Amino acid sequence: MRVVLAEDLFLLRDGLVRLLEAYDFEIAAAVESGPELERALTELEPDVAVVDVRLPPTHTDEGLQCALRARGRRPGLPVLVLSQHVEQLYARELLADGTGGIGYLLKDRVFDAEQFVDAVRRVAAGGTAMDPQVIQQLLARRSGDGRGPVDRLTPREREVMELMAQGRSNAAIAGKLVVTERAVAKHTANIFVKLGLEVSDDDNRRVLAVLAYLDRDR
Amino acid sequence: MNTNTKSGEAGSRARAMVLAAGRGLALAVVSLPLSVLGFCLSLVSMALIPIGVGALTTPYVVRGVRLWADRRRALAEKWGGVRIPSAYRPLPETANPWKRTYALLRDPATWRDLRWLQVDMTAGFVSALLPAVLFLYPLEGFAVAGGLWRVLADGGTYWYGFVPVTGQPSALGAAATAVVLLAAAYRLTPRLLLAHFRLTRAVLAPGRTELAERVRVLTETRRDAVDTSAAELRRIERDLHDGAQARLVAMGMDLGTVEMLVDKNPEKAKELLAQARRSSAEALSELRDLVRGIHPPVLAERGLGDAVRALALRLPVTTEVNVELGGGRLQAPVESAAYFAVSEMLTNAVKHSGADRIWVDLHHEADRLRISVTDNGGGGAVAGAGSGLAGVERRLGTFDGVLAVSSPAGGPTMVTMEIPCVLS
Repeated sequence: MRVVLAEDLFLLRDGLVRLLEAYDFEIAAAVESGPELERALTELEPDVAVVDVRLPPTHTDEGLQCALRARGRRPGLPVLVLSQHVEQLYARELLADGTGGIGYLLKDRVFDAEQFVDAVRRVAAGGTAMDPQVIQQLLARRSGDGRGPVDRLTPREREVMELMAQGRSNAAIAGKLVVTERAVAKHTANIFVKLGLEVSDDDNRRVLAVLAYLDRDR
Repeated sequence: MNTNTKSGEAGSRARAMVLAAGRGLALAVVSLPLSVLGFCLSLVSMALIPIGVGALTTPYVVRGVRLWADRRRALAEKWGGVRIPSAYRPLPETANPWKRTYALLRDPATWRDLRWLQVDMTAGFVSALLPAVLFLYPLEGFAVAGGLWRVLADGGTYWYGFVPVTGQPSALGAAATAVVLLAAAYRLTPRLLLAHFRLTRAVLAPGRTELAERVRVLTETRRDAVDTSAAELRRIERDLHDGAQARLVAMGMDLGTVEMLVDKNPEKAKELLAQARRSSAEALSELRDLVRGIHPPVLAERGLGDAVRALALRLPVTTEVNVELGGGRLQAPVESAAYFAVSEMLTNAVKHSGADRIWVDLHHEADRLRISVTDNGGGGAVAGAGSGLAGVERRLGTFDGVLAVSSPAGGPTMVTMEIPCVLS
């Protein structure tokens, strides 16, 4: 799988290259600035891009803007955005086109190599990988008045929903919570009923539906 | 000497004379009626304050007078190079006309404007007209000598200045006088116009006491700013020392122990490694919070508009954000101050108002940033000592910003902030 990597800090870029190569990814290009990323994304046609939000020369949100532009040219281009902080504002911009193939994670998540690589693979396959922090912010907001449908979920269902909103499959959720896949399926069905969402088998559409629900009234 | 330069110089001085005469005439013709009108309206409006009508009209009249005075300030700078500083206190943004009128009457600049109007309609008028007269009168003298005396004298005597014109010879005398006058005009006209502007400045510029007051305010706000930033630095130092730094030290120790244990007791080593990783994650999250408190990432990346939008997304109360900043960025210190002020207002609204809806409006116009935060809660917020609002007011003061609160019991609460600043 061919990856284009954009990160301006040498140590981190180097670490990411080694990490991804260790998991048999092919690094098509590892760049350190917005214009280079722009070029790499158009010329190299990678299978997935791993992009830092803040890149030179502006040191603002150049990486995010590049990724959004590239997806505009090539809809569905899988992009995993990394950042020192996660903001719902950016998550919403990334998810806005509703096509999936989007990840948005804190840089710290690379500490857990397995999970990080899993997220890259998921995004490359057209799924989503939302940072747990984004989900928690959304949940905290929804339950602020204490009467929302989110508050009618049982603690276990909430756990399942958080993992589902991050973009994990039923199998992965089952593994993480140490329950059977059938139990997870039952929980997700309950969640969909309580939140009034349409049941769908497609992992990616399922995630987008959850996020759209959490994000409404905005 | 080079004659070309001389004639060029003479030409430009002649142009300056004609220009000064024309400008003086225009000034005199326009300023007399407008100053008289402004003065009369001010008097009438202030006289009507006791019966209430004046409280409604005075703010408008004073505003008009200020516009007129500002226009004259601009002309003085453009035509005469005379800079007249203005020291109006900002208009209070309150809906109550009594309070506004009171604040206006307390501003010494209002009374100085009234004094200036009186001077402008008398001495100002004369000093503006003088250059025009000095230029036009010799022209009449030449016309008289050229034959106009026949019409003007018409058998009797026509006085041109001190020359009694009765026939062609005395008309030539008038022309001679006109030559002398024109020579005087050639030298004096621009200076006379300058004198007019200087007179305007003498009456319209703020006095020493006001400048002293301004210096006092600046000294105070500077001290506040220095105090606040020193306290901020202390807080950051403490947070780093007790938080991230301590965690990194613990991590280093754990790793040292791991190094020793890795062969003897791999189980224990693994446990410590996991602990070290947790410590590093916690250190990172502490650093992240610290950065958010110093300079929020979205503010750095996107500017005030999106930073406030991101802030609103994190609130448990539905918040509508409306931004009109013309696409530009504010200067970094103003941007930061405005952001933290909005953040404080929103926190207050969420904590104390009991509102279920908040509206934030950011608007930049005429070199002022205006921010209003409105909630539909219970009201009763007060600015002043002890409240969080006072801190915000002090911070805004550093940038000459002002804060106004309207929060009747029962709500709604509206906090308006205004900071003078330019977009880049």
